[in-house]
Amino acid sequence: MRLHYLSIGLGLAGCFAGAMMAAAHGGGDEFGKPSLFWAAGAEIDATNLDWLDDESGTLVTWDTFAWYGGDDLKLRLEAEGEAVDGKADESELRGYLSWNVADFWDLQAGVRHDFVRDHLTWAAVGVQGLAPYFFETDAHVFLSENGDAALRIEQSIDLAVTQDVFLEPHIEINAYAQDVPELGVGAGLASAELGLQLRYEITREVAPYVDLVYQRALGETSIIARSAGESVEETTLRFGLRLRF
Amino acid sequence: MLRFCLALVAALTTAPAWAGEYNLAIDRRDVNVTGHPVSSITVNGQIPGPTLRFHEGEDVTIHVTNRLKEDASVHWHGMLVPAQMDGVPGLNGYPGIKPGETYTYRFKIRQAGTYWYHSHTGTQEQAGLYGALVIDPREPGPVKADRDYVVVLSDFKEENSDEILRKLKAMPGYYNRGRRTVGDFFDDVARDGLGATLRDRLDWGEMRMDPTDIADVSNYTYLVNGRSPQQNWTALFKPGERVRLRFINASSMSYFDLRIPGLKMIVVQADGQDVEPVPVDEFRIAVAETYDVIVMPKEDKAYTIFAEPISRAGYARATLAPRQGLEGPIPKRRPRAVLTMADMGMNHAGMDHMDTGHDGMSHGATGPGGMDHGMSDPKAGMDHHMPGMEGMDHRHGMDHDMPAAASTESGGPPRGWANASTPAGMKALQYSDLRSYKPQTDTRPPDREIVVRLGGNMERFIWTLNGAKVEDAKPIELKYGERVKLTFVNETMMAHPMHLHGMFVQLVNGQPAERLPNKHVVNVAPGATYSVLLTANEPGEWAFHCHLLYHMAAGMMTKVVVARMSSEASR
Repeated sequence: MRLHYLSIGLGLAGCFAGAMMAAAHGGGDEFGKPSLFWAAGAEIDATNLDWLDDESGTLVTWDTFAWYGGDDLKLRLEAEGEAVDGKADESELRGYLSWNVADFWDLQAGVRHDFVRDHLTWAAVGVQGLAPYFFETDAHVFLSENGDAALRIEQSIDLAVTQDVFLEPHIEINAYAQDVPELGVGAGLASAELGLQLRYEITREVAPYVDLVYQRALGETSIIARSAGESVEETTLRFGLRLRF
Repeated sequence: MLRFCLALVAALTTAPAWAGEYNLAIDRRDVNVTGHPVSSITVNGQIPGPTLRFHEGEDVTIHVTNRLKEDASVHWHGMLVPAQMDGVPGLNGYPGIKPGETYTYRFKIRQAGTYWYHSHTGTQEQAGLYGALVIDPREPGPVKADRDYVVVLSDFKEENSDEILRKLKAMPGYYNRGRRTVGDFFDDVARDGLGATLRDRLDWGEMRMDPTDIADVSNYTYLVNGRSPQQNWTALFKPGERVRLRFINASSMSYFDLRIPGLKMIVVQADGQDVEPVPVDEFRIAVAETYDVIVMPKEDKAYTIFAEPISRAGYARATLAPRQGLEGPIPKRRPRAVLTMADMGMNHAGMDHMDTGHDGMSHGATGPGGMDHGMSDPKAGMDHHMPGMEGMDHRHGMDHDMPAAASTESGGPPRGWANASTPAGMKALQYSDLRSYKPQTDTRPPDREIVVRLGGNMERFIWTLNGAKVEDAKPIELKYGERVKLTFVNETMMAHPMHLHGMFVQLVNGQPAERLPNKHVVNVAPGATYSVLLTANEPGEWAFHCHLLYHMAAGMMTKVVVARMSSEASR
């Protein structure tokens, strides 16, 4: 069984565990007893790479989360990765404790584990929340067991086209404090991803989408990629399904 | 002879001695109002529960049996009862009602009017645990009517009531289907210009708030006495009769704008308390408020009782008819308002004096003069090109339901929370219209002022009083007999129907001190500041909360403790 399936499985198991625990805690009868809640979500999409110059196969990407907890403190699990023809290029599982430290912000601390390449485990700390002008924001620093430091920032915003159709521009930037040869990245800005997702919410829970995604290696990392004969940029049109519970 | 007279007087004043016994059974049953059965919580098998009819002075005994698999409770909304009979689990040693058990409430009825009862446990009220409570006065009251109907408005949802709260926590905009779209942006640019539109969007974006968030939960089926608009609950009359309608908003989350096209309504009671008659064409009823009105239908035809929620997502409908089976026309639906920066108490039109709060607050105790400058401007609430002016009016006046002509002629939705799109020339009830029928017996100025800030974070669906959720809240402690002024400062973009258990508050609405109306729910409009006066004459622990069910469940509650001095307590 491939490890990235394990990570998806763990994410889903987290949802179910959360649901069970929330059900057990529901309906507090004491005055002012705080309640616990859960939520889960996933975006899974696929695209055919055959029309790209130098790649082929079917690319599947996934990005899932589940949390359980109260207003002040949540346990949060996230699984994210991509696979070509069933073989994972990237697959990571993140687990955070998430504290609500400001109106719109959670401070998060936890671990990340990569299931591919060097199977690195990272310590993670960062923030997640809603920046002014409705930008959903994730910003985390990761410190690997080898002492390498990485930074990842993600932002997105929902624009309503109708009450059911949403356009979501999104961006992700990765940077490293040093060269990490085993990951094929160099110090500085390493990669950027720009996307425009158009989704139709059949219900708030179930929404098919198309996502036009442009990815590019940057700086030292792009030189490493080029010398390895890999492409430094890639544009894909992905078809997927967003689930929210 | 003298002895005989005394005996007669004694007999007249003590009799009749009412003592009634009532049984309520709480159970989960399938209820069909939407076309298919939905598991709901019923009282004696029905939604709403049976209307309880009491007499002023009666000693009531109410046995409430819980046939659910979970704890339950019944709270007597607006009733003056001993604290341990108030029915809030966790207060005054009241444990709630365990599954399979019966709890017996005993208290003496000390008031008359229209009230209601509902669960105070979890989200059971949304699931159906509510009903009306009507008390006949000892002496015939000022209101005469040939017919008398209870009209319970409520919002019914097929989803599990706890699941609604979880969804609000997981996806706060889950129920908002009135978001401003890209198309709205271009419409607004065409009407207001690019600069104004961008500034508006940036202002909201900076606060991370959505001006279309006027009802957290929407897409309900709106019921009248448990009947959907299609099922059309009908009340009969003979032309020329005086019909009393006792409106109770037993909704969990829905405010209504209510009208009966073709009929004037004379408001005679607010929150169960007699008020001097106010003829109106429509009124906005906040969650948990009650209004009694008299209507006098003259024609032999059907009249539609039409109540639109402020989200405008559907409507409640009932019919007044001379015979069963008649239907009146469904009035034209009104547009949904969009909030303005003024509803947040902030805008760029130079209103710095608002920030001090004085203008908005000091008017009340001094008399009607303070009220008027907000309402004398006939353009109040209409001129959406000057949102600043609109905001001033809201904050100065108490009128959460200020009449304002629909602004749709010039395109775009009506602006401002208070804008009910009342047609020009029609009268909508305002808080400032309410004058107590009976003079207030306590007109002392307050000994002190307690400020209660109403706060919240829609993105996290957290709602607070003075910055604290219920579990962290400091109780409000009052001395028995103390007279205080409670000042609500609404720092959110939603209206909050603030409810104090166990005691009426006198709404400071610009009327003279002896005519301030008694209220058990005070609606505080977005960005507004209202004050009430309270005589702390009921000892015990009293829940004090926003009556939007999911705001209360998300933390917007605390307790008010009225304590006797130790020397009194020992008596």
